[in-house]
Amino acid sequence: MRFQKRHIALLVYIIFLLLPIYWLFNMSIKTNTEILGAMTLFPDAPTLNNYRTILTDPAWYSGYINSMIYVAINVVISLCVALPAAYAFSRYNFTGDKHLFFWLLTNRMAPPAVFLLPFFQLYSSVNLFDTHIAVALAHCLFNVPLAVWILEGFMSGIPKEIDETAYIDGYSFPRFFTTIFIPLIRSGIGVTAFFCFMFSWVELLLARTLTSVEAKPIAATMTRTVSASGMDWGVLAAAGVLTIVPGALVIWFVRNYIAKGFAMGRV
Amino acid sequence: MNKITNNKAWFLVLPVFLIVAISAIIPLMTVVNYSVQDIFDPQTRFFVGTEWFKQVLEDTRLHDALVRQIIYTGSILAIEIPLGIAIALTLPRKGWGVSACMVLLALPLLIPWNVVGTIWQIFGRADIGLGGYVIRSLGISYNYSQNPMDAWITVVVMDVWHWTSLVVLLCYAGLRSIPDAYYQAAKIDGASNWAVFRFIQLPKMQSVLVIGVLLRFMDSFMIYTEPFVLTGGGPGNSTTFLSQYLTRMAVGQFDLGPAAAFSIIYFLIILLVCWVFYTVVMNAGKREEQ
Repeated sequence: MRFQKRHIALLVYIIFLLLPIYWLFNMSIKTNTEILGAMTLFPDAPTLNNYRTILTDPAWYSGYINSMIYVAINVVISLCVALPAAYAFSRYNFTGDKHLFFWLLTNRMAPPAVFLLPFFQLYSSVNLFDTHIAVALAHCLFNVPLAVWILEGFMSGIPKEIDETAYIDGYSFPRFFTTIFIPLIRSGIGVTAFFCFMFSWVELLLARTLTSVEAKPIAATMTRTVSASGMDWGVLAAAGVLTIVPGALVIWFVRNYIAKGFAMGRV
Repeated sequence: MNKITNNKAWFLVLPVFLIVAISAIIPLMTVVNYSVQDIFDPQTRFFVGTEWFKQVLEDTRLHDALVRQIIYTGSILAIEIPLGIAIALTLPRKGWGVSACMVLLALPLLIPWNVVGTIWQIFGRADIGLGGYVIRSLGISYNYSQNPMDAWITVVVMDVWHWTSLVVLLCYAGLRSIPDAYYQAAKIDGASNWAVFRFIQLPKMQSVLVIGVLLRFMDSFMIYTEPFVLTGGGPGNSTTFLSQYLTRMAVGQFDLGPAAAFSIIYFLIILLVCWVFYTVVMNAGKREEQ
């Protein structure tokens, strides 16, 4: 009996999570007249027109491409710089290590609103405004510290004897790191990449401030639906659904790593 | 784990240090620079010392925003942490259900923040949204864009919807690290469910809960996009939180000096709370180990 109750609670919670998303999806396959007309749980005449609008208009779909480019650049940069640093934090004591670690974390705490204007001026002055790399670098501000934090947790779980044995066997540090150590923390890297993806994908404030046309993220493009003729709810909903899809795909690929990975991390 | 002292490790940390320094220290210096000057245009500027700080500290609208922010952060932490723990306890431990639950739970976390706002904006509307429609048809007057209380509830519910999963996933990770032997031992001793929770599960979740509380505190304290899309800070100023007030000041009114002074104070508040929390919990953890 107790088992049943537990599962009901979980089920209720998951329905609570999915209902608003379902409603968005429901709206995205309705026509605007039906959205504004009657309250229907299922669309009377499902239509894919809203999606067609988005996928055929470059002004719309380039937003998705831009977002994916800067997120990908950000994940690569974050992982490349965070891996050696996390190794250093998990294996060595060095002058100022604790202060440095806390300082890194403080950047995760900095409200993006604080950095809005300085970032704009900084990237404008080096002619990086409205490029993918500018957004990717700006997102490093919170993703690199997070990546270091997560990876350090994973690396601390790997016994140090492995390092020592490898060095005795004559491995150089770079070779040990790439051929032995990185495969050992594969799942940690997967989880870290997931988190970097997540925080870069969902962030809008900085991404919108640092871009205008060339690298405009999809999330900013969505404001276009407010036109003179009122809100185009159907297209807005379809654009929203399409921003959820990449996230859902990424979770699906790392789902086992998440379950396994979370447990191996800092617990 | 015993660590070797080796200052060469700095070479490994250097790339991180450089990349974060460029995107943190230079902007921070700019902010400090603004906060002590009155700038008319790039050529005309005056040093004003602490004047902006005084002005900001005496700004009553800012005090209101801060109070709202504290109430908001307090209430979402009070809801999300216990709820997150409770949901984590109900999750299945093995089988196909694990993957399915992971994917479903993580879904809200991967939705861009402005889309989260849009989803709730639509969902809460009485004319086209299911949520607003259902509440209306229950006979409760509900309009988040007119009634401050409704706006508050909607913003809080939205945040619970959006972020509780993070707490759930973290707690679940903590729970999974408990060996089965612990539960068997507890069963032999005849421990109650509460005792199992209090003495086995909660201690194991402590370190992940620290991360959860820290992340939720920081992120809710700088929340901007979701309430901006949902309510635009309104009705009136009733859901204007600190980040929104700051952005309005810096970008909307272009009051760079006060905005910069405010940024510094804002950042220091977050820093202080996190540092206190971090230190207290880390010390508690050390004491427990001894």
